[in-house]
Amino acid sequence: MAIQAKELTKDYQFGFSDIDVSVFRTAKGLSPEVVASISQHKSEPEWMLKFRLKALDHFRKRPMPTWGADLSGLDFENIYYYVKPVEEMSRSWDDVPDSIKQTFDRLGIPQAERQFLAGVSAQYDSEVVYHSIREDLEKQGVLFSDCDTGLREHEELFRKYFGTVIPPNDNKFAALNSAVWSGGSFVYVPKGVKVDIPLQAYFRINSDNMGQFERTLIIADEGSSVHYIEGCTAPNYSSDSLHSAVVELVAHKGAKIRYTTIQNWSDNVYNLVTKRAIANENATVEWIDGNLGSKVTMKYPSVYLMGEGAHAEVMSAAFAGNGQHQDAGSKAIHVAPNTTSNIVSRSISKGTGRTSYRGHIKVLPKAHNVKVSVRCDALLLDEESRSDTYPYMDIDNPDVTIGHEASVSKVGEDQIFYLTSRGITEQDATALIVNGFFEPFVKELPMEYAVELNRLLALSMEGAIG
Amino acid sequence: MSQTVLSISGLRATVEGKEILKGVDLQVAQGEIHALMGPNGSGKSTLAYTLMGHPKYVVTGGSVTFGGEDLLPLTADARARLGLFLCFQYPTAIPGVSTVNFLRAALRAQGKEMPAREFLNRLSTEMKELKIDESFRSRYINDGFSGGEKKRMEILQLAMLRPKLAILDETDSGLDVDALRTVADGVMRLCGPDMGVLVITHYPRILEHLHPDRVHVLHDGRVVTSGGADLARQIEREGYEPILGTAVAATA
Ligand SMILES: Nc1ncnc2c1ncn2[C@@H]1O[C@H](COP(=O)(O)OP(=O)(O)O)[C@@H](O)[C@H]1O
Ligand SMILES: [Mg+2]
Repeated sequence: MAIQAKELTKDYQFGFSDIDVSVFRTAKGLSPEVVASISQHKSEPEWMLKFRLKALDHFRKRPMPTWGADLSGLDFENIYYYVKPVEEMSRSWDDVPDSIKQTFDRLGIPQAERQFLAGVSAQYDSEVVYHSIREDLEKQGVLFSDCDTGLREHEELFRKYFGTVIPPNDNKFAALNSAVWSGGSFVYVPKGVKVDIPLQAYFRINSDNMGQFERTLIIADEGSSVHYIEGCTAPNYSSDSLHSAVVELVAHKGAKIRYTTIQNWSDNVYNLVTKRAIANENATVEWIDGNLGSKVTMKYPSVYLMGEGAHAEVMSAAFAGNGQHQDAGSKAIHVAPNTTSNIVSRSISKGTGRTSYRGHIKVLPKAHNVKVSVRCDALLLDEESRSDTYPYMDIDNPDVTIGHEASVSKVGEDQIFYLTSRGITEQDATALIVNGFFEPFVKELPMEYAVELNRLLALSMEGAIG
Repeated sequence: MSQTVLSISGLRATVEGKEILKGVDLQVAQGEIHALMGPNGSGKSTLAYTLMGHPKYVVTGGSVTFGGEDLLPLTADARARLGLFLCFQYPTAIPGVSTVNFLRAALRAQGKEMPAREFLNRLSTEMKELKIDESFRSRYINDGFSGGEKKRMEILQLAMLRPKLAILDETDSGLDVDALRTVADGVMRLCGPDMGVLVITHYPRILEHLHPDRVHVLHDGRVVTSGGADLARQIEREGYEPILGTAVAATA
């Protein structure tokens, strides 16, 4: 077996004197050997290797999806599927290499670290390099680690849920992720435990041509609750880059999971993410999903309402600048009676940017007394901006209440005039209107993230205004 | 004699290709209160928008100076920064932008920023004066406001921004007697040597509170007659017809 591991001593910039710390990456492109080398490098159990290889098979058999965004620029052979910058997991902040800290500094992470004493899991390339768990979380029995550690230390629990919400053959990119996944978070919240501080992870791609395939698995046991937050920023690259994550959530009876994402990929990244949750009896799952940047994003956080009384809440915001396509939306699959879903989507297209809302509501025959509300609003900033809506509904039970509203609007001349008549420049007026349009989304975010999002939006607006 | 703050001469303007202002002449001296009256459709709002620089209103002739500067080449925001303010007849809603954020952005833009505490104190004082509930601080600007609430919010902005000249476009219409008094008192409190007012109205009622120095009547895109406060009373008694009849005859 040709396992290609190389010492990247010349790229080695983390200031360690210990030469034994190896930096490892697989060869470019995808093959059973590459997949096996990832698994071997992680010393994974046999079943995981088999899982990965089978997933690779699915991936290869599956055609490229053509129903959504244009993926023709994606070259699977020109991507590194696994890069590991630091050998050991760092448990305390002091152990984190300085250069990585500086990167985090630029992303504003230390402040967040100080404000939130919850576990921080910061992903640098494919591997989690910093990870800490607040003591009382540990005492409560909450598990919060990277996914590799989850597999290593809690194999039985991990195996029980891994790949059950999103099986490897679900779609081409879920299959790809299942074959080469690395990093991401593993969270388990025991029965009745309410985690009162958001758990946070920061992600960043830093190496040219490197795909990032993190995998997140969150299990909230009966009556528990947890809020997980991921925020991403990424620098610019010269060539195309792929991010393809899988996120699986399981909310048991009466549990509540909120999953908040703000992503800001550089504008050459293909961001193709599968996110799905299972909501059991009286459980609530909330996806708060903000997408900026990237070249193409395809992401439809979904909830399978499996138990009576389950509730789904999906609130998403997308901003597409010049040349970007945000193809986002949501799915709610009502399997059980008396289930409810509320979907709110806001999107902004600037310049040649394009947003699509793609939604799927399904109500199964046994699911009576279902309530669904979908509202999607799009704002176009320029003549050439574009937005489309693709709402699909399969309703197999007549006892259902569905509300669906959609709007596409332009920034009004009168709104701009009103604001400029108070001395505000046209550029700032547009930024105010744009921020205002995202306000229903932003107000769901913790303060630091709200501030960061508004800053990112301002930057996006600047970048796009000539 | 105080200085002229606003000087309009021979102003012509079109909207969507149609000429509405046909040579307006009007002077307002620093700190004075002027009333601009005239029947519906005579071009009052058009004049207000044209002065403020709405892109839809195209100037085709004449000149306007404000504080000695040529106003016409400037964009609306630059006009506002010179100290011109318009209370809109129909204020626009900006969903998602709270009153507080909006006011701070406007003050910052005009170089009138103040420390957060001072800002909030002033805001609360002004809101009390205008009988605006505290909850309106975080309400989205004009979004779902009643007509009266919108008008009060315009005066609140006026109070916070303190321009040199405020144009009030039918700020009185749609207000009940009490609200009218609150708004008029608010305006009276603000105007003085530093702030003049051009009140656009076709009801003389608000003028009983504002005591204008001059009253002008606009008809078919021109100021056809001007006078003192008596002119407003005459209009109240007799309507526009006798004035317009003679004015039209005079210009014919
Ligand atoms: N945006 C516009 N588009 C088309 N016509 C307009 C517009 N604004 C004003 N007008 C026309 O200009 C004339 C004057 O209107 P306006 O200035 O609103 O009068 P006033 O405020 O005195 O009632 C009217 O005939 C009106 O229909
Ligand atoms: Mg009018």
